[in-house]
This record gives sequence, structure tokens and C-alpha cells, in this order.
Amino acid sequence: MSRYFTEDHEWVDVDGDIGTVGISEYAQSQLGDIVFVDVPEDGKALSKGDEAAVVESVKAASDVYSPVSGNVLEGNSQLADDPSLVNSDAEGEGWFFKITLSDPSELETLMDETAYEAFVAKL
Amino acid sequence: MLGHKLLSCRFISSSPVRLLDATSWKRTCLYELHKKHSGKLVPFAGYEMPVQYADLSISESSIHTRKHVSIFDVSHMLQTHITGKDRVAFIESLTTADVQGLKPNSGTLSGIKDDLIVTKTDKDFIYMVTNAGCIEKDLPYLQENAAKWRSDGKDVEIKTLDGRGLVAVQGPEAAKVLQPETDIDMSKLTFMTTAIGKVFGIENCRVTRCGYTGEDGVEISVDPNHAATLVQRLLESKNGNVKLAGLGARDALRLEAGLCLYGNDIDETTTPIEAGLTFVVAKRRREAMDFPGAEKIVGQLKNKSWPKKRVGLIAEPGRAPRAHLPLIDPLDKCAIGFVTSGGPSPCLGKNIAIAYVDKSHSKDGTEIVVDFGNKQSKVTVTKMPFIETHYYTGK
Repeated sequence: MSRYFTEDHEWVDVDGDIGTVGISEYAQSQLGDIVFVDVPEDGKALSKGDEAAVVESVKAASDVYSPVSGNVLEGNSQLADDPSLVNSDAEGEGWFFKITLSDPSELETLMDETAYEAFVAKL
Repeated sequence: MLGHKLLSCRFISSSPVRLLDATSWKRTCLYELHKKHSGKLVPFAGYEMPVQYADLSISESSIHTRKHVSIFDVSHMLQTHITGKDRVAFIESLTTADVQGLKPNSGTLSGIKDDLIVTKTDKDFIYMVTNAGCIEKDLPYLQENAAKWRSDGKDVEIKTLDGRGLVAVQGPEAAKVLQPETDIDMSKLTFMTTAIGKVFGIENCRVTRCGYTGEDGVEISVDPNHAATLVQRLLESKNGNVKLAGLGARDALRLEAGLCLYGNDIDETTTPIEAGLTFVVAKRRREAMDFPGAEKIVGQLKNKSWPKKRVGLIAEPGRAPRAHLPLIDPLDKCAIGFVTSGGPSPCLGKNIAIAYVDKSHSKDGTEIVVDFGNKQSKVTVTKMPFIETHYYTGK
């Protein structure tokens, strides 16, 4: 399984043709207390870069864009009860949604973990 | 998802911040202290200001303020002294305040072009604190008008207290923390009054009982060379649980207290009447009608008629209403207003907002709909403040 990142601070873990999407540890630390997450509905078709979810902290509401194209398999229903999972485990339990990749070649445009770390260090 | 989006947090977008590069941001006299305490600095009103500190999240910091006491650096606000024997008439010519009727060492919220606090001291000057976001607008306006007055043979001077520190100490433990360390009698210093005294041995501190959180507290105007010492000593106090707080908590707290943010909830297109701030238009001044905008403002009061009204909203769980979102009637779907500030309330655990709505929809309990574009959500008109305020009236 490999993990990719976007410049907008989403991550996607890819296992076969299934991707799991969330926001990075850096993103959650910038947002602060997350109080609400609106995840996409099952079956929703998304293109790379589409607004897929909304994450709301005390500070601001931010759109989360889909890092890849495909159909949403499921949203993380745990986030409805406990949005702070994104703060406590952004790159694990705090995932947003799973998606069936329609074009795995899109992954080539994303950053790997090392490249993302270097990207964040410059911010 | 972040990038420019994160920089559009409401307390940042709400002030007229110009795009400045890092080298041209101004720093307050507490800049080094913010760095030392790992303050997360953001551009705000031309300054590099802490949005929060490493030890507390914005929610935790807001809750801490209402339970204990927090310190906010508000040195970015413009402090001025107005001197000269015609100073009272001069300030009255530009504002809605009854400065003449103010007791010495007491102040009032008023407006020139924005909101500001005018305090008549027992010395030969008026002390004013102005919204930082409006410095570029207010100061030239004040100075031009003062020059006009002087050319008419009047005696008035504007002196800005450049670089002077302004430290807000807010929360129920504020007086308990300050009293052992100052020669000012905190029991006599009631809401909106001011005194000069020593605080932690620092001479010539101006302590004014006011704030922007809804809690008891003061703002201390202090020599910039001693501002960091003042804050450090406050933090070390054994008489209360004192923490630093940033702009994030300040914005959440003022929203819970139903207090307006200039640029969001009030601006040059709203009248004090529409904003529910009728009290800032002093009675004597209404009768005299001798202030800018008097005809419109007094007209609205006389006819008891104004088109829109500032109200509080409590939202359903889920997405929070934020500034600029439109509000619609749930039945006929007509636009009836818009949100001017909003977000999750850390202390209530609910989403709250300040909005302007048509007068017909401004009654308590009215259900309306906030339109997120792809989604809608119900909100209910409610009285403000959202939390109980605790201003010290001496009673």
C-alpha cells in the first residue's frame, strides 16, 4: 500500500483500486479543533479536484478536494459522532472517505511522503 | 484544502488586511513574548499577531477565559490623546457620543467611521482606542478635521501613542489577579471607567474596565518597554490561573458575547439603530442632531422604522453559518438577509451567528434557513448575548 499527498494537504492510501482519503497531520494542526466533518455520500462520482467534503473547525470551514477521480465507496461514519478523530488521528482513524479509483495514472501527479514532508517544511 | 482557504478564516478576512510580505508586517511591543510562548503568528490588520498559543486550542482557550483569566495583546489598536480646550466639542462633531455628559474618567462606545471607545479623563485630554483595522481610515480623518478646526481658530490636537502596549486581561479572575499588584482600587473601577496607577510596580499604567469577551476584565495601556514584564508577571500570578490567548479565542468569545466586529457586523452601510446599538447615540445628541448621519439615524428612531435588524442565530448541529452566507425564508425561499459572523461556540457547544435580517423576520424564535449553496440548514433567531455577560458594575 502506498500513500500519496496533494498540495492541498489531502492524503490518499491506495490498496488495489481502492483509495482511502483524509487530510494530513499538518492540515489538522493548522485547522485546530475540528467540530464537524461533512463526508460525501456513497456512490457519488468525483473528479480529481472536486469538492468532496467540508471540514469545520472553530476557526474556519474548509473544503476538502478529492485527490483522485472515482466513485465514493463510503464516508467515515465515525466522524459524525466524533469529528475530533481528525485531530487525534488525521492520517489513520480520522480518514474521510473511500473511493474506487477510475484513473490510477492520476497518482503520478501526487507527492509521496518524502516529497510532501519537504513541501510542508517550506510553508 | 488549506492554502488560501485557511487564510480566509473569519477573523483574518474580516479586517482590511492588505497583502503584505513578511518584512512589512508591523510588530507590537509584545512580539518577542509571543515568539517565546510559541504563539502562532498570522497577519492581522497589518501586524503579525498570535492567533493562538501552543499550549491551548482555540476552544480550550475560550473556555479557559470564561472560567479563569486570559491575556490578549491588543497593542495593534490605535491609542490617541485628544488635547486642547475645544477637544470635547471636536470629538462630538465626529461621533455620536455625549462626551460633555461623561463623568471624568469614564468612557463610552461610539463611532466615527467605525466603533471606538472614547474616555474623558480627569486630565486635559480625551483618551481614545480605535479599531486597528481602521487606523488608515480614522487617523487621517481625525487629523484633517483637527487641522480644519485649528484653521478656524479652535484649540485641538491629536497625539497618537505610537507603539504603546495595550494588554487585555479578561475573565472572572481578572480583578483577583490584579488587585494585590496595583494601587488602583479594583472595587471602585466599574465597567467603562479608567484610572492611572502602578501595576506590578510599573508606573503610569492606564487601566480601563472594558473588554471584548463579555467577561469582567480590563485593558491596560502600558509603556512599551515594560509591556512584556507586565504580561510575564501576570502569567506568574498565584492569584488566578492566567494564560495567554490569541485572536482565535478573542473572536469566538466576542461572538458568544454578541459583540460586533467592525467590517463584519457593522460598517459604514449600517446604522447603530439597525445594529441594535441605539445606546451609542447619546440622547442629548439625538435631540441636537449634530453628528454625521444624524438625519438618517434620528429619522429611523423617530419613525421607529428601519429596514433590517441585527439578530443572533442558533443553528442546527452540522455546518456552521459563516460570514456572507445568505439567509432565506423557509416557505417562499426569498432572500431575507445574510450572516455577518458565525461559527461554532466553544462554550455552548453549538453553532451561533450574528446576522442582518429583514425586520419582518427578526422576532425571537423565528425559523429561517441558511443557504450553503449545495446544502441548507435551519437556524432560529435568538436574543444576544448567547452567553451571560459579567461586566463589573460595582453592585
